[in-house]
Amino acid sequence: MSLELMKGNEAVAEAAVRAGVVSYFGYPITPQTELLEYMSHRMPELGRAFVQAESELGAINMVYGAACTGYRTMTSSSSPGVSLMLEGVSYIAGTELPMVIVNVMRGGPGLGNIAPAQSDYNQMVHGGGHGDYRCIVLAPCSVQESVDLTVLAFDLADKYRSIVVILTDGSIGQMMEACELPPMQPLKTTFADWAVQGCEGRERRFLTSINLDPAAQEEMNYRLLKRWIDVEANEIRCQEYYMEDAEYVVTGFGSSARIALSAVRIARAEGIKVGLIRPITLSPFPRQVYADLSDKIKGMLVVEMNAGQMLEDVLAANRYRTPTDFFARLGGVVPFPDEVLGEIHRMVETPISTDGHPRDRWLARVLAKG
Amino acid sequence: MPLKGRIVVTEKYCKGCELCISSCPQEVLALANDRITAKGYHPATMVADGCTGCGICSVICPEAAITVYREKTGVNRIPA
Amino acid sequence: MVLENCEIETTVFERPDSLTGTTSHYCPGCTHGIANRLIAEVIDEMGMREKTIGVASVGCSVFIYNYLNMDFVQAPHGRAPAMATGIKRVLPDRMVFTYQGDGDLASIGMAEIVHAAARGENISVFFLNNTNYGMTGGQMAPTSMPGQKTTSSQTGRDVETQGFPIRVSEMFSKLDGASYIVRRSLHDPKHIRMAKKAIRMAFETQVRGLGFSMVELLSICPTNWGISPLNSIKWLEEKMIPYYPLGDYKIHPALAEIKL
Repeated sequence: MSLELMKGNEAVAEAAVRAGVVSYFGYPITPQTELLEYMSHRMPELGRAFVQAESELGAINMVYGAACTGYRTMTSSSSPGVSLMLEGVSYIAGTELPMVIVNVMRGGPGLGNIAPAQSDYNQMVHGGGHGDYRCIVLAPCSVQESVDLTVLAFDLADKYRSIVVILTDGSIGQMMEACELPPMQPLKTTFADWAVQGCEGRERRFLTSINLDPAAQEEMNYRLLKRWIDVEANEIRCQEYYMEDAEYVVTGFGSSARIALSAVRIARAEGIKVGLIRPITLSPFPRQVYADLSDKIKGMLVVEMNAGQMLEDVLAANRYRTPTDFFARLGGVVPFPDEVLGEIHRMVETPISTDGHPRDRWLARVLAKG
Repeated sequence: MPLKGRIVVTEKYCKGCELCISSCPQEVLALANDRITAKGYHPATMVADGCTGCGICSVICPEAAITVYREKTGVNRIPA
Repeated sequence: MVLENCEIETTVFERPDSLTGTTSHYCPGCTHGIANRLIAEVIDEMGMREKTIGVASVGCSVFIYNYLNMDFVQAPHGRAPAMATGIKRVLPDRMVFTYQGDGDLASIGMAEIVHAAARGENISVFFLNNTNYGMTGGQMAPTSMPGQKTTSSQTGRDVETQGFPIRVSEMFSKLDGASYIVRRSLHDPKHIRMAKKAIRMAFETQVRGLGFSMVELLSICPTNWGISPLNSIKWLEEKMIPYYPLGDYKIHPALAEIKL
């Protein structure tokens, strides 16, 4: 095993190269740009395709075209850029094509800022583009996991003819950590029976997202849903820490989970029986994990870098059985482990209120502090 | 002696736009007002002798509905 | 009968192999059908049907994939050049073309087409200019001429408030990445034959790896113009050609030696 010290964005790029990506199309946007820059020299070096597009709109539609050929393809961007890409995302979903998109989230809405945030959870997990489709959404919390999930993303995309989103943020994208890179995979030589490469020796094919006949569109939507149910049955991934004897649970994804884990470790050292649940697949969401939380759990703290977007999924999955509180920093502010530790202490010292919504109680606390 | 030709209009394609009729140098085409196609158009048809098989009607036809044949000058030539 | 025909008749014209047997959705007289057929004829003549991938756009052009008998994809509105770029970069030995109308190419898709041309993307673009949005019912397009009545410029395009049309071929002739930019018309047999040669040249440009090629094709839209096909032909000749002059706007020097 050899470890390399790599920046998150560049590690994802190299992992994609080794997973056999044949084309990359992107557009500069902070804090994602290193991925594009890395690809700009790495792809041509290997004789693979790289285009810096005229816009995110251009990039996603180049990916759309490249995906039609059946070869592995990807793009990457950050929040405002991903908003622009959503047109293509919907079309790619509507054409049932595999592709990988890396979203290195930053503060928003609007142009926002370039600091890490998690405020595009809903956009990625609950839609974004128009129509009835779902993306597989993977949320890494370290450079190593970014690498591992990138390889997985391409496999899942091919397996389910699905869009796979790697939902990371400015902190994981920019940080440098040691990681082990995967071996270089050979490029695809066999292709699915829908791939458009010219009709030599076979009937012609065409790929479209148009179904003028509503009944045909309904059929297509059934097909997407059936495939999604397979995804839900087979691909849910979630990591639990210190949950064996836990009386309290903290939960979050990506960066916020990583920060929360530091707080959980300190709390454990203090003798507090607290564990952590970290969904790796945000979509499909590990609902059962929250549904199955034992009655001995006295309280749950949801930590995010957004105003409670995953919180809603946690509450629905848990069916409001476990008393739940919420803590967040917004707009590109990254929480400190100390702040999360303070919330853990509060949860342990005073029973969680069940009045109102956890997000509203959190906001009231924030406002009361001034 | 001018060459002899003929055309066959595949009526499922023809939409009676009349572009072939106005382009025909021999003025031997017209709409068949005695019948309509499945799509509801009067199709173009040859109504007089004199077609030379020049192919102009097929060039302007937007639906590629017209097949054009022309008599060969040397009848015994091996077909192409 | 068949034998007899073989001996005494030659086929001057029949539907090209690259056209499917599907009846089109085009209105009577619409020159989209001519453009579709010319592309099919050229691809047949080049023997490239099995190595060609078409990119359909949005508008009346959308269903070309039902009519051309080859692999096809269908792009979001205006994005055909981006999709074609994606395909061509992955499969550089295939012939890739887009088929776009003026609303798609010159309005919503202007960024994609300009940058495909500027990159010298090795694709061919067939651009149907009929001065309005046909599919949605004849609204003003970026190519509608000053004073032209459309369903969204009902008293005629007022350049004071609605601006001026874009002459796409002239504009693209200034791009270093563009190798073959010409404007042709589909209004009579002579011009249709010239258009076919231009389509062939566009594909030859691509096959030779010379970069971006585009043929702008002036077209009629009798239904939305509200006049007969025959009068539409006259209107194109009298009104459109003076505003959109036919001709070669940019020809790569290496193309000069190709004789068709």
